[in-house]
Amino acid sequence: MSAMSNSNWSRRSIFRAAAGMAAAGTLAACGGNNGRGGGSGSGTNLVQFFHAYGEAGTEQAIKRYAKAYSKANVSTTWITGTNFEAKLFSSLLTKQAPDVFEFHPQLQLIKSGQVADLSDIIDPVKSDFNPADINSHTVDGKIYGVRMIDDPQFFYYRKSMLEKAKVEVPTTLDELLEAAAKLTTDKVKGIDLGNDFTPVQGNLIWSAGADTLDANNQIAYHTDAVVQGLKQLRQLFTSGHVLLDAPTDWWDPSSLNQGLCAIQWGGLWSMPAMQKALGDDLGIFPFPKVGDNGKLSVTNGGWSMFVNAKGKNVEAAKAYVKWLWIEQKKYQEDWALSYGFHVPPRSSIAAQATKLKSGLPAEAVKLFTDYGHFDNIAWDQTMITALNDVIASSVRKGGDPEAALDACDKKVDVELKKLFG
Amino acid sequence: MSTTTTRGVAQPAPAKASPARPRRGLRSNATLNFWLFTGPFLIGLVIFVFVPIGWSIWLSFFDARYTVTPSNFVGFDNYRQILTNSNFPDSLLTFTIFAAFIVPTTWALSLGLALLVNQLRFMRAFFRSVFFLPTAVSYVAAALIWKMSLFTGVRFGLANTVLGWFGVDNIAYLSNPSPPWYWVVLVSLRLWIQSGFYMILFLAALQNIPAELYEAAEIDGAKRGWQTFWYITLPQLRATSTAVILLLLIAAYQAFDEFYNLITTKATWAQTPLMELYKAALGTNQDYGAGSAGAVILSLLICIVTLAQGKIMGFGRGEEAK
Repeated sequence: MSAMSNSNWSRRSIFRAAAGMAAAGTLAACGGNNGRGGGSGSGTNLVQFFHAYGEAGTEQAIKRYAKAYSKANVSTTWITGTNFEAKLFSSLLTKQAPDVFEFHPQLQLIKSGQVADLSDIIDPVKSDFNPADINSHTVDGKIYGVRMIDDPQFFYYRKSMLEKAKVEVPTTLDELLEAAAKLTTDKVKGIDLGNDFTPVQGNLIWSAGADTLDANNQIAYHTDAVVQGLKQLRQLFTSGHVLLDAPTDWWDPSSLNQGLCAIQWGGLWSMPAMQKALGDDLGIFPFPKVGDNGKLSVTNGGWSMFVNAKGKNVEAAKAYVKWLWIEQKKYQEDWALSYGFHVPPRSSIAAQATKLKSGLPAEAVKLFTDYGHFDNIAWDQTMITALNDVIASSVRKGGDPEAALDACDKKVDVELKKLFG
Repeated sequence: MSTTTTRGVAQPAPAKASPARPRRGLRSNATLNFWLFTGPFLIGLVIFVFVPIGWSIWLSFFDARYTVTPSNFVGFDNYRQILTNSNFPDSLLTFTIFAAFIVPTTWALSLGLALLVNQLRFMRAFFRSVFFLPTAVSYVAAALIWKMSLFTGVRFGLANTVLGWFGVDNIAYLSNPSPPWYWVVLVSLRLWIQSGFYMILFLAALQNIPAELYEAAEIDGAKRGWQTFWYITLPQLRATSTAVILLLLIAAYQAFDEFYNLITTKATWAQTPLMELYKAALGTNQDYGAGSAGAVILSLLICIVTLAQGKIMGFGRGEEAK
């Protein structure tokens, strides 16, 4: 019997860990790190969940904003580790669920009634938001999340290394493979696509001229060009020109900064750290074309605030989100530009973002606008996980890409049926 | 995981009631004393073990997506799904193979260590502690050390540095599943953490073997070393060996922490049953029905394996089984 007890035990322990973290947050709040401000708060307690941003000062910033809020005591749970979504999802079912949390727009959250409709707080300023960010959070005319930051993801490269190896910036996947080969030396690997290659799974599809789902929410990624692209990625994976099992993963600027690789997939957030370490020896380019009808592509990720619809203080939580992420433009600007770089989703803030107006950051914003693909709300976590498996089995394990995509189709179809009937 | 599996062993044997003058008030009421001492543990057991087991069985018959208080009864659908349309059966197979490898290896290594430490004339306590220490390390912390300093894929990782002396190219131990170097990482980690604990068990058992047996054997002409080991030590260790193998087997099926941190869920290989259940229930699908169904299947399997092993190796029959 101990097995069953233990598998339950592990679930319990995760719940308890979440509870513990919430408790830790509360304890930290007792230390004055909240908006209590000597009794000025109304006595409402709110808990917000954030994943751990890598840039220095981010955690302090989020707690500083929360402290400045006078109508509720907001405590922050800063979740480190690689599996934010699992911790978030599991705690959403418990009493220790956050009132407010950051995540990506995903339809299952809405269908399952886990997030609250935020239309009434967003509608007045709707026109100030990037239309794509409104669109990706809208279901049946209702808006379910407030975009905080947009995070374009693309390739960074060391200009000096490409010059030395006489390599042009690649525009096709073939050229990328060649470039990786030429750039590899005994000390430096040509390219870093993340330790498991999944960060570029969306780009592989978009760059092959396909899409994750089409306008009717049917599978659109299963094309010959994508299969071809997977085969090329497999070739790249086994070439010995790729940085694998590096101490830090793709979202951290260290691999490029420390000269472990010449090209690295990364996000705009890493740019200040990279510029500081490398100066002008830094360039960027979008994911290259895959196949004959390929297109350049950039992932426009990002984070949004959601309100737990099953929380105890939904109205208070909405008021907090409205205060911070709609009204407090100074904090929104600080959050987008003072630590890592992010594109502000609101045009009034973006217009004043001088840090993004020139040089490499401006180039990044251009990639974001020209080649960016925003979140598709119907492409949810289950489907993302199914696609992760395709990368694992066909690119890393060397299995047949066609078979891997077939297996993915099966899982995605089940999920589509659950979402759309 | 390890803490829960070792719970049975770590429990001290029930102390014999002292006949010498029990304190007044506790003397007369044995029943009260029984509940007083076992109560807290029993309450914990019921709340944290039995209730979840019952709840899990109940959940496994319901459509429990995004909820742990479902209302839609679906019969055996969850069982059908977890057995046919998921990676759960594969994970069971993978881990039968893993268990078949890790159990004998750990058994042999901890027995070997115990024999060596038992032979020591001096500094025995020191070596006993040194080998036991890794038990105190959590799998997660160890996994990070293994991943970020011993087995990184870059040239300055310890393993790659050593291989580099012999002109061998850098190996990506964890990213690249072919050839499956990741087993080296996983197995070495588990051996390092587990062996010391089981060594202590063997050591205790070794010290319990009556010296007369060895003396008698010597008089009968048995040679020291292999012969006495094979005909005296090993049979005398039978009860301990059976317990150790049982615990190792259960631990192997419950493997989670180091696999989760080293292999991650973004792979299709080396996914333990618990990882598959985690993915089904907690990770992204939030399908508590299917997850519970898997948990029930896994528990039944472990029960069956344990009973079968008990039958074959005579666990629980005690000393007279010899």
